[in-house]
Amino acid sequence: MSSTGIRTEFPPGGEAPSAPSGTSWRSWLVPLGFLAPALLLLTVWVIYPMLATMWRSLFSDRGNEFVGIDNYERIFTDDRLLTALKNNALWVLIIPAAVTAVGLIFAVLVERVRWSVAFKISVFIPLAVSLFAVGVIWRIMYQQDPDRGAINAGIAAVQGVVSEEGVLSTARPSSDALSGTPQGGLTLTETVGPGGVAQLGLTAIRATEVPEGSEQAVRPEALQGGISGVVWRDFKPGGGTAGEVEDEEVGLPGVTVELRDADRKRIDSTSTGADGTFAFENVPAGEYRVAIGSQTFAQPFKGINWLGDSLITPAIMFAYIWVTAGFAMVIIGAGLAAIPRDTLEAARTDGATEFQVFRRITVPLLAPVLTVVFVTQIIGVLKIFDLVLAVAPGSSQDNAATLAFVMWQRSFSGQNAFGLGAAISTFLLLLFIPFLVINVRRFRAEAR
Amino acid sequence: MSTAAAEVTRREPVVIDKGIGPRLTRALGRAPVHIVLVLLGVFWLIPTTGLFITSLLTPSDAAQGGWWNFFAKPSTWTFDNYKNMFDNEGITHALVVTAQVTIGATILPILIASAAAYALAWIEFPGRDWLFLIVVGLLLVPVQMALIPIFRLYNTLNLFDTVPGLILFHTAFALPFAIFLLRNFFAGIPRDLMEAARIDGASEVRLFFKVVLPLGLPAIASLAIFQVLFVWNDLLIGLVLAQDNAPIAPAIASQLRQFGSNLDLLAPAAFFSAVIPLAVFAMFQRYFVEGLLAGSVK
Repeated sequence: MSSTGIRTEFPPGGEAPSAPSGTSWRSWLVPLGFLAPALLLLTVWVIYPMLATMWRSLFSDRGNEFVGIDNYERIFTDDRLLTALKNNALWVLIIPAAVTAVGLIFAVLVERVRWSVAFKISVFIPLAVSLFAVGVIWRIMYQQDPDRGAINAGIAAVQGVVSEEGVLSTARPSSDALSGTPQGGLTLTETVGPGGVAQLGLTAIRATEVPEGSEQAVRPEALQGGISGVVWRDFKPGGGTAGEVEDEEVGLPGVTVELRDADRKRIDSTSTGADGTFAFENVPAGEYRVAIGSQTFAQPFKGINWLGDSLITPAIMFAYIWVTAGFAMVIIGAGLAAIPRDTLEAARTDGATEFQVFRRITVPLLAPVLTVVFVTQIIGVLKIFDLVLAVAPGSSQDNAATLAFVMWQRSFSGQNAFGLGAAISTFLLLLFIPFLVINVRRFRAEAR
Repeated sequence: MSTAAAEVTRREPVVIDKGIGPRLTRALGRAPVHIVLVLLGVFWLIPTTGLFITSLLTPSDAAQGGWWNFFAKPSTWTFDNYKNMFDNEGITHALVVTAQVTIGATILPILIASAAAYALAWIEFPGRDWLFLIVVGLLLVPVQMALIPIFRLYNTLNLFDTVPGLILFHTAFALPFAIFLLRNFFAGIPRDLMEAARIDGASEVRLFFKVVLPLGLPAIASLAIFQVLFVWNDLLIGLVLAQDNAPIAPAIASQLRQFGSNLDLLAPAAFFSAVIPLAVFAMFQRYFVEGLLAGSVK
């Protein structure tokens, strides 16, 4: 513990070297002189408004009508407030546990390296930055376009390794000879048997998107005992006939063509050449369907809409963890440093694995510190406001809203719904009462 | 930053390795830990770096692609955005207000709270313990509880949209924690010291200024840093109780609505508004850490 460690015991009172004693009014006067400014400020700015807010919560928004507990009912019936309640519940359920876990992991890891300072600084920085700036920071990170938002750029980079963008992401059938959807693959409507020739014409391909190295499309010769065909860009400047290979129409190389049997099961697949032709050899007699595989049309990664309605709350939560991890790491790190080395070493010599030491010794000994971090986070999370305002764009604000946010929104963002605002505030205070009782009890117990 | 950071390591327990063999196996065994920490550390830095680089791009460069393209052609950075920002009277005014409110709302609560904390720790008077319990209770009152009545009170007292109005509000809500922290710290001052001073005939006022305040400096420093960070970074109070004289965060908050088109203003403003607290934090990191520990760990 640091030298500022709190000593909660009262200095042995009673027989204390008393202030210059005299008449009883003087024994009050001196402490009063010291306390008066604080008492005045606390009374006018904290206690009076607190009582006024409770009273105000029983009146209508305009304040001219006594409505009893109607405002409190609104908290549990109004759609937006129900969303806020749900979000607050999510915050309380997820964040304290997540922040404590991340802090614990960081604190344990950082103890094992010599260059821990650099890591600590990098995790500490967000703690000093205003939540408003944090909001701007994460708005930049979360932008949907992978060319602008770093998070989506990262995902795109990872995904680009796993699955590549299709050769033709925009192509559509040129005639109704082909059916299906780009997502499921395009299939020739008519079946083909051995010796048949399949013509798969596509349009809606921009000149810039025609795969490199493509040549004039060729209608292939029929293949003895096999199926041949061509995939081409069925378009030429000035028109042309749909479904026919003509001059100036180019083949589409690199397209995956699938051969499917009567049950639409894929039995073979191949890839087209520079002139767009392909061939399946040694096809047994029967009727088949020729299709262009869906991977040909795979869309490029457009980016996840982090700031949209459905992901906005998780997105804000992540930013919050980014901010708070440093706090948890420091507190837990201090607790970790206080654990006697001997205990850990003894366990290790007894043959305990690192994980066992962590589970059976470190975590139980840290329990009080972990509780402190956990409770601090519950209190902080119940009041969460800044981040919601700063990270959520107007369109998804309602989905990101928390109680503290709706309180501000309804009371001070143009609507002047003071009755509802007062009720939400009082409701928040009620949520804090358990912690208040715990605090007061602890100090009374220690005072004795 | 490195000196401040060094302060943190000093607390680290040093494990002494003996011999090259064990040291080598240990280092190899820890390779994954190092890799994970490097990745996490870098990841934690990316967002702030992104903001800083964005603030150095011209609007057209920023519109063209991600800030990371900066690393491909680093010659394009410019301080024009910062220059424009400081030419913007709205922003400079907001920064001045932020500084005024922060200074006022740091000094005032420390003065008031240390006086109160001294009385609660070292002066005997009836009802003292109850008073302290009330202060502990007020610790958890959320700011929201005061906003509506104070907003209306300020309108009648002409304190709305003024620097003193903001300072007083911040001060009042800083008091419970400040009194709590300082009382506990002052209570730890050796009794003999206080008694000796009293026997020498020192008055309470003299005791407070000559003994308690100097001895309480570490706690006061921690408190000051917290308060600077808290007040400088506040959004809600400024948003409700100020309009044209709002501090920087609430002043720019409305700009968030046109996010994207005004990044050349938002990014430098957000980064600059973060520089001051970062500097304070870097300079006084030790006090900050100690304050964190004192405030939350019993």
